[in-house]
Amino acid sequence: MRVSTTVNGRSYEHEIEPRLLLVYYLRDVLGLTGTKVGCDTSSCGACTVLVDGESVKSCTMLAAQADGCAMTTIEALAVDGALDPLQEAFHDNHALQCGFCTSGMVMAAMSIIREHPGLTEADVREGLEGNLCRCTGYHNIVKAVLAGAGRQAHPVGAAR
Amino acid sequence: MTVTGVPADGRIGTPLLRKEDPPLLTGEARFVEDLVVPGALHAAVLRSPHANARIRSLDISGALASPGVVAAFTGADLREEWAQPLPCAWPVTADIKIPEHLPLAVEHVSYGGDAVAVVVGESREAAVDALDAVVVDYEPLPAVVDLQEALTDRVVVHESLGSNRCYTWSLIPDPAAVDSAFAEAAHVVKERYVQQRLIPNAMETRGVCVVPQPFGGDYTIYSATQIPHILKVMLGIVTGIPEQKLRVVAPWVGGGFGSKLNVYAEEALCLALARRLKRPVRWTEERIENAQATIQGRGMIQEIELAADRDGRVRAVRVNLLADMGAYLQLVTPGIPLLGAFLYHGVYDIPAYAFTCTGVFTTKTATDADRGAGRPEATYAIEPAMDALAHQLGLDPAEVRRRNFIATEKFPYSSAAGLVFDSGDYGPALDQALELAAYEATRKEQQDRRNAGANKRIGIGLSCYVEMCGLAPSRVLASLNYSAGGWEAATVRLMATGKVQVVTGSTPHGQGHETCWSQIVADRLGVDPDDVDVVSGDTALSPAGMDTYGSRSLSVGGVAVWQATEKVIAKARAIAAHQMEASEEDLELVGGSFQVKGTPSRSMAIQAVAFEAFTAHNLPDGMEPGLEAQVTYDPPNFTFPFGTHVAVVEVDSETGDVDLVRYVAVDDCGNQVNPMIVEGQVHGGVVQGIAQALYEEAVYDQDGNLRTSTLTDYLVPSAAEVPSFTLGHTVTPSPTNPMGVKGVGEAGTIASTPAVMNAVLDALAPLGVTALDMPASPQRVWEAVERAKKAAEGEER
Ligand code: FES
Ligand code: FES
Repeated sequence: MRVSTTVNGRSYEHEIEPRLLLVYYLRDVLGLTGTKVGCDTSSCGACTVLVDGESVKSCTMLAAQADGCAMTTIEALAVDGALDPLQEAFHDNHALQCGFCTSGMVMAAMSIIREHPGLTEADVREGLEGNLCRCTGYHNIVKAVLAGAGRQAHPVGAAR
Repeated sequence: MTVTGVPADGRIGTPLLRKEDPPLLTGEARFVEDLVVPGALHAAVLRSPHANARIRSLDISGALASPGVVAAFTGADLREEWAQPLPCAWPVTADIKIPEHLPLAVEHVSYGGDAVAVVVGESREAAVDALDAVVVDYEPLPAVVDLQEALTDRVVVHESLGSNRCYTWSLIPDPAAVDSAFAEAAHVVKERYVQQRLIPNAMETRGVCVVPQPFGGDYTIYSATQIPHILKVMLGIVTGIPEQKLRVVAPWVGGGFGSKLNVYAEEALCLALARRLKRPVRWTEERIENAQATIQGRGMIQEIELAADRDGRVRAVRVNLLADMGAYLQLVTPGIPLLGAFLYHGVYDIPAYAFTCTGVFTTKTATDADRGAGRPEATYAIEPAMDALAHQLGLDPAEVRRRNFIATEKFPYSSAAGLVFDSGDYGPALDQALELAAYEATRKEQQDRRNAGANKRIGIGLSCYVEMCGLAPSRVLASLNYSAGGWEAATVRLMATGKVQVVTGSTPHGQGHETCWSQIVADRLGVDPDDVDVVSGDTALSPAGMDTYGSRSLSVGGVAVWQATEKVIAKARAIAAHQMEASEEDLELVGGSFQVKGTPSRSMAIQAVAFEAFTAHNLPDGMEPGLEAQVTYDPPNFTFPFGTHVAVVEVDSETGDVDLVRYVAVDDCGNQVNPMIVEGQVHGGVVQGIAQALYEEAVYDQDGNLRTSTLTDYLVPSAAEVPSFTLGHTVTPSPTNPMGVKGVGEAGTIASTPAVMNAVLDALAPLGVTALDMPASPQRVWEAVERAKKAAEGEER
C-alpha cells in the first residue's frame, strides 16, 4: 500500500507492506536509525517519536496509520550542528551513558515539557514512566528535563 | 556534596562534559543494528520451548520452502563447523564438570531457549516467519529448577556428566581458627539469604553482523559486545578460523552490565553461516531472547554465620553457597561466586574465614557476570548479617559496624581470606553518610511513628561495602584457574600536527572512556582534551586488549594510558633537550611546553617536539623517529573501593508497599578523573541494586518455564519508581597505581541492595519480621507481616 508522510520537514511517498511498523519505516525505509528498538512489548520507549506533535512509541503504530502525518525524529533536533536546548540540557547534566535510550527519552521529554507548564520533578518522573534507561538511574535525566524546561538550570558539569 | 558547575578545563578531577554525547544525542551514533550492510542475510534462531527434552526428530524442509528463505540448518547440519564447543574460560577446579555447549543443540535441549535450528532469509521477517515451519518432535524430560533438588541428582541435566554438581571450591585458610572462634563465641548469627536470578536487560539487546570476504578469507564481526578482543580469540578457537583472519568491531554499544561479557552461540553461528553461505549474515536479538538466551545474574542460596564476642566484635565468618550455573557454562559462569569469595567479611576486621561454594546445574539459562558479579552477593550476605548481629546485641547498626571496621592504620590490610586491601578509611564515609541522611533525626521520627502506632513505618538501612575491582593481576588469575590475563594495553601517539591519538584496549559501552582518557592525556601533556582522539573497540585498530568489565577500565586501562603518556613525555623530553641544547634534568613540562627551569623564556611546545619527531631531521643519535609509546599494564594488585550507603524507606504494614523516600551514597573510589561521570556511575548502579531489592526477579515455574521474559513481566524500574539521590564522597587514593584510582562502575549496585533490604527489615522489626526474600514486593512484605502477626498471636495464647 502507499503512504505519504512528512518526516522532519521532508515529504515522502512509499509503497509499503501493510504490516510494517512505523519504527521500521523510519529506520529501514527512511534510514533514520536514531530511533531505536529496545523491546517488542511497547515497554521501553526507545522508539519514541513525535507524530503530529504528540509523543508516540513508534513500535505501537503501523506505518500505514501514519499516512498523512507529520513526524519528528531525533535527527531533526540539532540545527546546523547546534544542539537543541533540550539536547544541550542532556549533555550539560550527563543525562546519558550508553545513549541507547536517549533519543526516546529526549522525544518523550519534549512533549512532557510542552504538556506541563509548571513542570515539577514528579511530573517528569511520571511522564517518563514508559521510557526505560538501564544506565543513568534517571537522576540526571530528570535534572536535564527540568533544566531543559527552563527550570533549575544547575548543571553538574560546565561547558568546556 | 553534588559537583557544582566549576569550569572544567579537562584536567584530571574536573567534570568535563562528555565527548561521547553529541553523536548519541543527535541519533548519529551507529549501533550494530543501525549498520547498513548491502546483501546481508538475516538469521533467526528456533529455540526450545522445553526446559529439558530429547530431540526425537527435527524437520527443516518446511522452512526451506518458505518464501525468502535462503538456508536452514539443524544442530547436526552444523556440527562440523565447530572446532571446539563454546568456551568456558574459568574452570575453577581441576575436577569441574563442563557440559559440551554447541551453538545449536544436537540431540538434547537443556533449558527453555536452547537453540535448535537456524533459518537464514533475505529479510528478517522471512527468516522469523519460517521458524514456524520447522517441525521438532521433542521428548520432554523433567525440569530441574530448585537448587537443593538439583543436588539430589534425581534428575540429571547432562547425563554424560553423571551429576548436577559442577564443582565445589573452598577457601578456608585456617579451619582450626574458625572452629575455635565459633566454639568460644558469645554470639552466633546464622542467616540464610536467597539471591534471586536477575536479567541484566541492557537496553540494546544483542546483535551481530558478520561480513565475510570470501576470496581473502577474512571476516569482520560487528557485535554488540563488551569484549571484542576476547571474542576474537574465542571465535577463532570455536570456528577454527585462524585468529589473524578475524576482525571484531564493537561499534556503539547500548549497555552491557556483564551481559555482553560473553561469547555467545549467535556470534559463532553468524560467523559459521557467513563462512558457509559466503554472504554477510546478521542476527538481532529480540527482547524475549534476551531474557532467555543472554546470561542471567545472581542465582544463589547463601548461608552465612558470624561468631562474635560479648562486645559484638566478629571473630569468624563462615559462608556456604549454592550457586546456580544454569544449563551450561558460559564464558566465566563458574568463576562468578569466586569474585565475591574473598569479600564475605566486608569492611570488618575478622580474623578467621571460611568460604565454600558448590556450583550446580539446573535446566535454566546460564548465569554469568551481572553488574558487580559476586561482590553484590557478598555484600548482601555480610551486611544483613551485621544487622542481625546488631539486633541480637541490641546495638545500633552503625555502632556494630564501627566496632568491627578494619582500622585505618592497618592498611595495607592483609585479610584472613588472603587479600591485601590497598587502602581504606571507613569511618569518615560512614559518618558522612549518616550526616547526609540525617540519621539521628530520622531515627527519632521512626520512633515517634512507632509510638503513635502508624501504619507507615520508617526503616533505615545501612550498607558499608568494600569491593575488589581492577581485574586483575594476571598471576592471581592464574592461581584461580582463569584462562587469561588481566592486563590492559594502551598506545599514546603524538601525530605530526601535534594532535594526540590514544588507542585503548578497554572497550566502552557507556562509561565515558573517550572523555576520561582524553582528560588523563590532556592533564599530563598540557594539551586541550579536544585535541585528543580515542580509538577503541575495533581489533584492527586496537589489536591488544582485555576489554571492559569488573570496574577495571580506569584502574587498569586508564593507568595504561597514563603510563604510555609518561613514556611519550620521556621521549619528548629527550628530543626537546637535544634541540634546546639543555640537559633533560633541567627541563620541566609546564602547560604543554618544555621549559628550562628558571628560564621560562627558553621553551619548546610539545606540538613542536611532535613535529620534530615526525620529520626526524634532528633527533638524538640512535633515536627512532615518531613520538608514541605502547604500554601493557598488569596491575600488581586489585583496588578496593568502599563506602557507606543509607536507605530510608516507608513501609505500609497494611498494604506491604515499600516507598524508598531517601537514598544517600557516600563512595570512595580513590582519586576521581571526572566526578560527573563518577556520580553517573553511582546513580545507575544504585538503581540496579534497588531493583534487585524491590522489583526484579527472573521467575521460573516448576516446569522450568521462564515466566518473566518480557519487560511487562520483568520489572525494570522506571523514573517513576525511584527517587533522586544524595551523593557524597571521600577520597582515599589507591597506592597500587600511580593515579591513585580505584574504580566505580559497580559500587552502586554492590552497596544498594543490602541498604534497601536492611531498611525494609528495620521498618518491620518491631512487628517481629526477621527475614524477607527479594524482591520485597508488596505481596511478600504483606505476607511476612501477616506471618509475624500470627506467630505473635500464637505466642500470646
Ligand atoms: S521498542 Fe520498546 S517501546 Fe517501542
Ligand atoms: S543511557 Fe544507556 S540505557 Fe539510558
